[in-house]
Amino acid sequence: MEKKFMYVDGIAVELNGEKNVLEVIRKAGIDMPTLCYHPELSIYGACRMCMFENERGGLDAACSAQPRAGMKVYTNTERLRKYRRNIIELLLANHCRDCNTCEKNGNCKLQQLAKRYDVRTVRFPNTAKTDVDDSSVSITRDASKCILCGQCVRMCNEVQSVGAIYYAHRGSHMLISTAFERPIAETVCVGCGQCAAVCPVGAITIKQDTAKVWKAIADKNLVVTAQVAPAVRVAIGKELNMPEGTDVMGKLVAAMHRMGIDKVYDTSVSADLTILEETAEFVEHLGKNTGMPLFTSCCPGWIQFAEKKHPEIMPYISTCKSPMQMLSALIVEQQKDCEKKHFNIAVMPCTGKKFEAARSEFTHDGKPDVDAVITTQELIHMIRTAGIEFDTVVPEAVDAPFGMFSGAGVIFGATGGVTEAVLRRVSDDKSINAIRSIGNCGVRGTEGVKEFTVPFNGSELRIAVVSGLGNAEKLIKQLLAKEVSFDFVEVMACPGGCVNGGGQPVTLENAKKVRADGLYSSDMTNTLKTSDTNPLMDKLYADYVKGRNHEMLHVHYKHN
Amino acid sequence: MNKEFDYNVLDEILKEHNYDESHTVTILQEVQAHYSYLPKEAFPYLAEKLGVPEAKIYGVATFYENFSLEPKGTNIIRCCDGTACHVRHSTDVLEYLRKELGLSATKRTTDDLKFTVETVSCLGACGLAPVITVNGKVYSQMTKEKAAEVLKELREEN
Repeated sequence: MEKKFMYVDGIAVELNGEKNVLEVIRKAGIDMPTLCYHPELSIYGACRMCMFENERGGLDAACSAQPRAGMKVYTNTERLRKYRRNIIELLLANHCRDCNTCEKNGNCKLQQLAKRYDVRTVRFPNTAKTDVDDSSVSITRDASKCILCGQCVRMCNEVQSVGAIYYAHRGSHMLISTAFERPIAETVCVGCGQCAAVCPVGAITIKQDTAKVWKAIADKNLVVTAQVAPAVRVAIGKELNMPEGTDVMGKLVAAMHRMGIDKVYDTSVSADLTILEETAEFVEHLGKNTGMPLFTSCCPGWIQFAEKKHPEIMPYISTCKSPMQMLSALIVEQQKDCEKKHFNIAVMPCTGKKFEAARSEFTHDGKPDVDAVITTQELIHMIRTAGIEFDTVVPEAVDAPFGMFSGAGVIFGATGGVTEAVLRRVSDDKSINAIRSIGNCGVRGTEGVKEFTVPFNGSELRIAVVSGLGNAEKLIKQLLAKEVSFDFVEVMACPGGCVNGGGQPVTLENAKKVRADGLYSSDMTNTLKTSDTNPLMDKLYADYVKGRNHEMLHVHYKHN
Repeated sequence: MNKEFDYNVLDEILKEHNYDESHTVTILQEVQAHYSYLPKEAFPYLAEKLGVPEAKIYGVATFYENFSLEPKGTNIIRCCDGTACHVRHSTDVLEYLRKELGLSATKRTTDDLKFTVETVSCLGACGLAPVITVNGKVYSQMTKEKAAEVLKELREEN
């Protein structure tokens, strides 16, 4: 086939199915500015930052223009620079400009573009009005910092099918709003935090709980324990001068010890426990022939989504607590007889976990099992505050007794991980080849929907793995309409699973895979491959659970 | 669900439009035609039946000037503020009516729910400027004095 070219600032760029001119321009090595564009969301074309000039002097937005062979575009003309400066100036006119005290300071796209285009003065009076909604335990919204790029709206509606926020009002009164401007906590919001992940400015941010943690560390009368979720270890490195996707758990443990946390545990341990409990439940579920699959229960965004939108499927969701809550129950049990008071931290890739920790089901005698959930982003911030040079930290081992886990536990952080761990557990053949072939059955990959079958007891198991709540919504509709039928369904609210959680450092598509691969390689180097071969499990059941499986490891959500 | 609210009205409108999301604007218009405004209770119900987020329906309802989220008065006075009316001093008439009824650009309905004063961009009767309509009836070449008479009549009728 004949090659087709487009010309970007005079440089020939071969066309290879790019979906818009913007992609062609970026392929030419030009960092075209955008505020409202996100490759995984629909095109909105509102910010006009990515305008290019054609050879006749016409202007068009690169995100919504189709590439054509022979097209000549210019990306850096005097006129475009002037227009971009104007747009930024107008955005800043009704934008809170307290950059120093903004959470997004240094990480804000508007700030970066203002610097890049030399916006030194704003000719217009500042009309920004502070309007903070901090009703949610997961996210904070500040309308005075919103630039109406609509990325959060498209994420919430298109990708997540939640629809808590939308554009409301018109013209200069326009804002991103819940219905009737209700506090976000009173809406269908599930706290997944994906809106905060795509917000280019400080309008939606993760609720910060670091102050609580620092205070607890400083309190000499407290024993401070922390657990770290699987997905954190492969996502935290990049921001701290390590390659993306590297498993830095050892360094994390060391850094957290240095910060003053007494014991650092690994949530992968309770992931193993989850597998033992959930597999038993699954086998029992298969025998019941309900016509519905067993849904996983690890993800708090998914639990809230089901509660708020599909209460009818709640009976089919596993009663297993999430790994975070399982391990918390064990840690609380372990600290029970300690003379000092106990403060329990969980480091999670997830903003929804903040809500989960605060749920009444996980509170006993007024005290939550988890006292503070901090996200990966918050932990990065704390490591920086402590002044720890992460790349030079010598790795340390996770503290006993919650330190030994299998590879099956650590892959929980990637979409498909829970399912793969269950399949390893139910497989009679535990040889390395059998484990490898389970990994190749279709369970891995960052796709939002994975459907496959695996042989089981002379018949086969029909399995679906979905990530992104929009995909879950579609699947539930098909299941309820009896168009499809499955035995086991894994749902993770965030696209790609926890590696791309709302509390993780912001990433684009390829980072999901790199992070997931990091977890799979940690799995490969782990001696233990299946949860049932983890010798720690028997000890946990004997020393802590003591037959109270139901109370300590399972939960029935009160539909609140 | 609000037990005092009659959802049958919504059901009938929805059924007529086959629960089609793409008819959202028309459905809202018909709901408004029935209640003279869009009651709060209608939003979650329409959202559920149309399979659209409530926030999105709220977005549609607040986008169009024609939709009102507040109950309107029994008498709806619309003052044209199109170009032709504007240059013939429609603002005087509007300001008079607002002052007389204790209303403003943001408070459009009297507390006793008798009067609503709104502006419209053009009623298409530029030859008769300035124009107001009262409950759909057109009053042409308005002045403050004429507006005072209209108000007096309306108050006597009610």
